[in-house]
Amino acid sequence: MADQPVLRVAGLTKTYRSGSRALTVLNDVSFDVYPGETCAIVGPSGSGKTTLLGLSAGLDRPSSGTVEIAGIDLGPMNEDERAAVRNQHVGFVFQSFQLIPTLTAQENVMVPAELRGDRTAGPRAVELLTQVGLGDRTDHYPTQLSGGEQQRVALARAFINAPRILFADEPTGNLDADTSAAVENLIFDLNRTAGTTLVVVTHDLDLAHKTDRIIRLRGGEVVSDLRTEAAEEPALVS
Amino acid sequence: MAWILKMAWRDSRGSRRRLLLFLSSMVLGVAALVAINSFGENMERAVDDQARTLLGADLSFESDSAFPDSALVIADSLGGEQSLRVMFASMAFFPKNQAARLASIRAVDGGFPFYGELETLPAEAGQTYQQRNGAVVDQSLLQQVDATIGDTIRIGQNAYPILGQILQAPRESEFVSTFSPRVYLPLATLDSTLLSLGSRAEYELYFKFDDDRDVEETRAGIAPRLREMEVGTDTVEEVKNNWNEGLTNLYRFLSLLGFIALLLGGLGVASAVHVYVQQRIETVGVLRCLGASARKTFGIYLTQATGMGVIGGLAGCLVGLAVQLVLPSVLDDFLPVDVEFGISWSAMGLGFVIGLGVTLLFALKPLIAVRRVSPLVAIRSSDASRTSREPLAWLIYGFVALGITAFAVLQSGDVGFGLGYAVSILAVFGMLALVAKLIIWLTRKYFPQRWTYVWRQGLANLYRPNNQTLILMLSVGLGTFLILTLFLVQRMLLSQINLSAGEGQPNLVLFDIQPDQRDGVKSILEDNALPIIDDVSIVTMRLAEVKGRTIDEIRADTSSGEFSWAHRREYRSTYRDRLTDSEELTEGEFIGTVDPDADIVPVSVESDIMNDLSIALGDTLVWNVQGVNIATYVSSVRKVDWQQVATNFFVVFPSGVLDGAPQFNVVLSRTPDDATSATVQSAIVADYPNVSAIDVSLILSTFEAVFDKIAFVIRFMALFSILTGFIVLAGAVIVSRFQRVSESVLLKTLGASKRQVFQIMTVEYLFLGLFATMTGAVLSIGGSWALAVFVFDMAYLTPPASVFLAIVFVTALTIAIGLLNSRGIYNRPPLEVLRAEA
Repeated sequence: MADQPVLRVAGLTKTYRSGSRALTVLNDVSFDVYPGETCAIVGPSGSGKTTLLGLSAGLDRPSSGTVEIAGIDLGPMNEDERAAVRNQHVGFVFQSFQLIPTLTAQENVMVPAELRGDRTAGPRAVELLTQVGLGDRTDHYPTQLSGGEQQRVALARAFINAPRILFADEPTGNLDADTSAAVENLIFDLNRTAGTTLVVVTHDLDLAHKTDRIIRLRGGEVVSDLRTEAAEEPALVS
Repeated sequence: MAWILKMAWRDSRGSRRRLLLFLSSMVLGVAALVAINSFGENMERAVDDQARTLLGADLSFESDSAFPDSALVIADSLGGEQSLRVMFASMAFFPKNQAARLASIRAVDGGFPFYGELETLPAEAGQTYQQRNGAVVDQSLLQQVDATIGDTIRIGQNAYPILGQILQAPRESEFVSTFSPRVYLPLATLDSTLLSLGSRAEYELYFKFDDDRDVEETRAGIAPRLREMEVGTDTVEEVKNNWNEGLTNLYRFLSLLGFIALLLGGLGVASAVHVYVQQRIETVGVLRCLGASARKTFGIYLTQATGMGVIGGLAGCLVGLAVQLVLPSVLDDFLPVDVEFGISWSAMGLGFVIGLGVTLLFALKPLIAVRRVSPLVAIRSSDASRTSREPLAWLIYGFVALGITAFAVLQSGDVGFGLGYAVSILAVFGMLALVAKLIIWLTRKYFPQRWTYVWRQGLANLYRPNNQTLILMLSVGLGTFLILTLFLVQRMLLSQINLSAGEGQPNLVLFDIQPDQRDGVKSILEDNALPIIDDVSIVTMRLAEVKGRTIDEIRADTSSGEFSWAHRREYRSTYRDRLTDSEELTEGEFIGTVDPDADIVPVSVESDIMNDLSIALGDTLVWNVQGVNIATYVSSVRKVDWQQVATNFFVVFPSGVLDGAPQFNVVLSRTPDDATSATVQSAIVADYPNVSAIDVSLILSTFEAVFDKIAFVIRFMALFSILTGFIVLAGAVIVSRFQRVSESVLLKTLGASKRQVFQIMTVEYLFLGLFATMTGAVLSIGGSWALAVFVFDMAYLTPPASVFLAIVFVTALTIAIGLLNSRGIYNRPPLEVLRAEA
């Protein structure tokens, strides 16, 4: 394991204000995730999983604490600067796939690469789609694809910029058991092949146990941070 | 940039038809502007090209009385070819039908018009009527009395064969004939008694110069001397400028009316883009998640809006060209020249830029929301509903206000007018929005809880999120407001004339009766059992001095700006010892009789003319009564109700001073029906050809005809607003289709029948139409009331049946358009609909 974490979360707190009331959904959360590591964030509904994912990926600003991705502190950055960091270093897979309905499968995959001005996005998108088994569906629109196929397109999109870290939010939550298994295998295969770090938010403990490490949240706080059986040594609770 | 363009194109997939619909609401507004402005340019060109035919000569002299010898000496010194035209009102009598009508006589001697021609049917009639001692007559007059070419017309004691009907005459648009039908005849054979003392006639002497002298310079040399003789002059340049000014005002006014359609279209775009952006929030969130900057995502939708504006602007220009073909026939009656179709690139350019500008300005407000979409919506869609205050919105509102004002200033060439227009527009839109919101609030507050489900659901649909209620109420309401106000004012003015002609009021006015004809005319009335309601003596006079200063001195004093038409005009005054029903004393004492030898005579002056003459109670006025000066002072001030059919006067003398002055009489009577009126008029004209008669029913029909022509043009322009309103309605129905489909499917899934879904939609459009037209109706009643009270100064009347019919008609149209565009939603099975719309 390299010395420099890909994701460093320190003292992260998120409080929402509603009139005079303050609601703390995340309280003083800290952990590091290292290159190539796979990590699951689990917890009951309302425990702050999605909020933590959003903050870790730079989609939102914390009330306090810091987030570093690939050694870059997101704190002082504005939204557009954080967007550039996401584009370069982060991949996303969502529960509801979030493909753009007006774009074909290939165009959907191309978007992150096009955003950084990559002129080879087209062939690389086809290559990735072939890798996920959709080489013959490049011109299909999301509505013409099944749920599993849409999630595979989303995976291809997530990997096109060769991100340092992939955030997956309930990636199999909208899929049946067989399709879930196939998508899970694909995520871990691509992760291994590309050497990408994986952070997955899930309710699915089977999926969580396939990762190296499980961070449990309850009431906005980390209650445990343990290596799974797949891991070689126990992790420290930060 | 390339990526933004590419994404804008890709993102528009599946929505292009919808986007086209948004922009179609702009098309008519742009079309109206392009058509009117192109037409205006073509018209100016036509006026320039045909300038000499507008005057029909190189130079003209004009006077309210026969030219004095000194003026004729000047005319002789100018040389060139000359032609005299005398214009006056007289009864035209048609012996074959025993019918008589008041007509505008143009008695011509010589070759007028020297340029252009008196266009007639048959064509040669206009050239030969003088040689053939015949007359050419306006078609409207021939139709009124059921006469045809070949019949005889009698003017005064002389009869003329009708050789043709007038199509177009120099210096006049056809509109003139609506007020008073024209008869052209040779001056040489005119019954000279028609031009007797007291008769009002205009004398015009036309010149055609064969040399290439500078007519403007010639005019400048003689005009001051002629002005002293009360003789005016006109040149081609001046007539051209006058026409250009008048016509430019006309088309500018129309284009401002057309601009309302564009603003409505703009509101339609704003509303549609708002819904469109709402549907794109998740896509924007995903793009932000994947690393797109706010500038790039905003750029995608701004590019789409620009594309819409460009296509809308271009389409509007093309439609505008087509509309321009129709305009000459709409405005034909008001134009003195033939306007030919021509493409005006500047008008098209302006229309395009304004169309694009309005699209962008109105799309910008909903579009700026894109900048603030958080990437979090990709993982938590509830974040989409989180909104924050947008300070840029106020900047955009400022730009919209500035844009409207800039357009109005550009179009009218007047900053004050531009501001006034912008403020009025904002006030009308503001009031419409206010009334619309009030109606919605009232319905919500007093929501009929006990109604059946279908009715409640249909009504409640008006408040749902993303509803189009306000925009529809604005557009349909505005259209209804414009048309209904016009209609109500027209009805009111007509009924006012009807009221004036009501029970006991005079409806037949006989004037130009010479003193020796007075008894004869009265006896004809009495023979026909008609009452003599009033018999008034009239003496013509001019002002010689006001407050000790001569009229020439006042005219020469240009610094005070005091000199006005009131100093210049010929006064027709009467003398009597009492006030009439239409008069009210506001100041001083009305003195009814005076000694004929009094040094200074007390007169009563009408209040408005007091202001025009800048005089007060007690001030002195010297009158030139046909060569004799009479000194007077203002002993009383009267307020006169000019709307009553009565002989009303600016100045009333006491009995005793003017009794012996040259005068003529006016007799008022009342006829029970048109037939008696026609018989009496014929009998009077037969015996006393110089006597003219005005039939109030004729005034009514003339007024109706005049108003109809003006109303037609305004309605034509209002049509753009109404059509735009319905396009906005159709667009709104289609953009909210997705939401409606989901709801319909859900309702069906929950057990609603096709019929119930259809009924809910019908009820929704029923209320939408009803509220929109009611909003328009409420405002039009307010608007027409304000016009009645503040502009026309008359009692306010609302024909409830007309308002009711307007509400029913526009509501029915709204339901029809709404249901037409929703077809397919309510009668398709849930699964199929979901698949098709997904």
